[in-house]
Amino acid sequence: MTDATPTFERSPDLPPPASTVGVVGWLRQNLFSTWYNTLLTILALWIVWEAVPPVISWAFLTADWAGTSRDDCTSGGACWVFIKEWFGQFIYGRYPIEERWRINFGSIILIVCAATLFFPRFPYKLWVSLFLIFVYPIVAFFLFSGDAFGLEWVETPLWGGLFLTLVIAIVGCVFALPIGIVLALGRRSDMPAVRAVCVAFIELWRGVPLITVLFMASVMFPLFVPEGLTFDKLLRALIGIMLFQAAYLAEVIRGGLQAIPRGQYEGAQALGLSYWKMMILIILPQALKLVIPGIVNSFIALLKDTTLVLIIGLFDFLGMIQAAGTNPDWLGFAVEGYVFAAFVFWVLCFGISRYSLHLERKLHTGH
Amino acid sequence: MSDAQTATSTDGNGGSAIQMIGVHKWYGQFHVLKDINLAVDRKEKIVVCGPSGSGKSTLIRCINRLEEHQRGQIIVEDIELTNDLKKIDEIRREVGMVFQHFNLFPHLSVLDNLTLAPIWVRKMPKDEAEDVAMKFLTRVKIPEQATKFPGQLSGGQQQRVAIARSLCMNPKIMLFDEPTSALDPEMIKEVLDVMVDLAEEGMTMIVVTHEMGFANRVADRVIFMDGGEVIEQADPETFFNNPQSERTKLFLSQILSH
Repeated sequence: MTDATPTFERSPDLPPPASTVGVVGWLRQNLFSTWYNTLLTILALWIVWEAVPPVISWAFLTADWAGTSRDDCTSGGACWVFIKEWFGQFIYGRYPIEERWRINFGSIILIVCAATLFFPRFPYKLWVSLFLIFVYPIVAFFLFSGDAFGLEWVETPLWGGLFLTLVIAIVGCVFALPIGIVLALGRRSDMPAVRAVCVAFIELWRGVPLITVLFMASVMFPLFVPEGLTFDKLLRALIGIMLFQAAYLAEVIRGGLQAIPRGQYEGAQALGLSYWKMMILIILPQALKLVIPGIVNSFIALLKDTTLVLIIGLFDFLGMIQAAGTNPDWLGFAVEGYVFAAFVFWVLCFGISRYSLHLERKLHTGH
Repeated sequence: MSDAQTATSTDGNGGSAIQMIGVHKWYGQFHVLKDINLAVDRKEKIVVCGPSGSGKSTLIRCINRLEEHQRGQIIVEDIELTNDLKKIDEIRREVGMVFQHFNLFPHLSVLDNLTLAPIWVRKMPKDEAEDVAMKFLTRVKIPEQATKFPGQLSGGQQQRVAIARSLCMNPKIMLFDEPTSALDPEMIKEVLDVMVDLAEEGMTMIVVTHEMGFANRVADRVIFMDGGEVIEQADPETFFNNPQSERTKLFLSQILSH
């Protein structure tokens, strides 16, 4: 019986048709699957072809890199000489050149201290953190403004550039966070008076544009305080920005608090934890972790919103670039300035964003 | 029914661990607890059962003030529960509670879950708190999980951690609010075993549960609640073999029918 059965030889598999695998297959599947996809692909390619080469040519190939004045910019491309010549002003503003080391020194302390916190095994993290929160601001204040340790007084109208941008953004973020936490807790409090005050504060500050806040701080505030009593303009702007940012953060944090299940509160209460211990040890660590994306979003928005201080006469990073662009010797190079500003802001914001992703991954405990 | 209630409420004296006298509670219009009179002796084990919505969870949650009662008196370890926050904290230190959904702190390791309250509430030094924590983790038979996070444990293990967490505060009374209801069937036993051990050591316990086998084995008294009232209370043998009220009979027939 088996002899009668004809035997079949299995012929070797043919390779899949070239049109379904590899580069060709991918292209067919993703870019040319239908006639309108094909049309869109061709349109997109045409736009890229038209737009990218001129930009690259302008920014790199025909750009001028060397020289000291606008006369060196002859090739028709971007004039990076402009950025190079003004770089110091962009970073330090009108801070006296011979005193710039103070900003560098302060920044280095900050960077070194912050960097140690990134090493998982560094043993003195608590001390470094306490130093950064309580001691560093005081040291930095006297270092930058002077009139102490034998340093020359540098008044804040001279502060400017990227230095001023970072001062405003960092002070705004760091001090707004605790205020925001307190406001968020207050808004969920059982005590009607506390709740009313927090709601009123948040809604007031959130309802006003930042520009209005800055105008109020610089123009209207002095009208309400007694004659002779003056506050530094930068300080007034800082306080305004801080409270503005705190109101926003409060709502972000409240979102996180609402996401914590009731069982966590009950678990903590049943163990005998007081309200503040429960909040600080149990609820806030979880709530803040949940809203890291929201908090970082607010920080990035604030970093960019600092450019608004130009309207009250503070020359931040973008303000300095604009001022340089109106210098009679350098008229016509505003585009280079704005591209540079966009690039620097993008690098800063992208860095913050990546760090927040890293933080989220690190704090994930698998539940 | 009224005889049993008056008996337990009148013999309440300084020796009782918990005394509830004429306790009422409302959620808005809804009358959840109606005239609860209950005295729990030291080292007594009480199982509370009843249909869902009968107020049994609310009853034990009133004992450590997770819920507030509106009328009547609750006295725990000779401290009366009032709005005085200090007294509430004092009582919560003496009363441990285990929840249906464990309520472990997911951002802390198992060991930190256990040492948190002793360190921050009892002001115990960290080393000592960790020793105590490891002792209780060993007692619930999972010392090897100390460094893990709650999210990495099974439900049964999480509930045992929750029991150990309460025990670390060295409570005089333990409340269990349906401790096995959220568990897969094969994990119920490991949790009940821990609770049986605890009962045998003489802990005062109030357990809300539908585990009638556990009630039969451990309870000194079984309390049946329905519609916010204590309908019947008796020792397990009488309760299961000779229930008095119709509602109790109906309830028992429903949960014991399979």
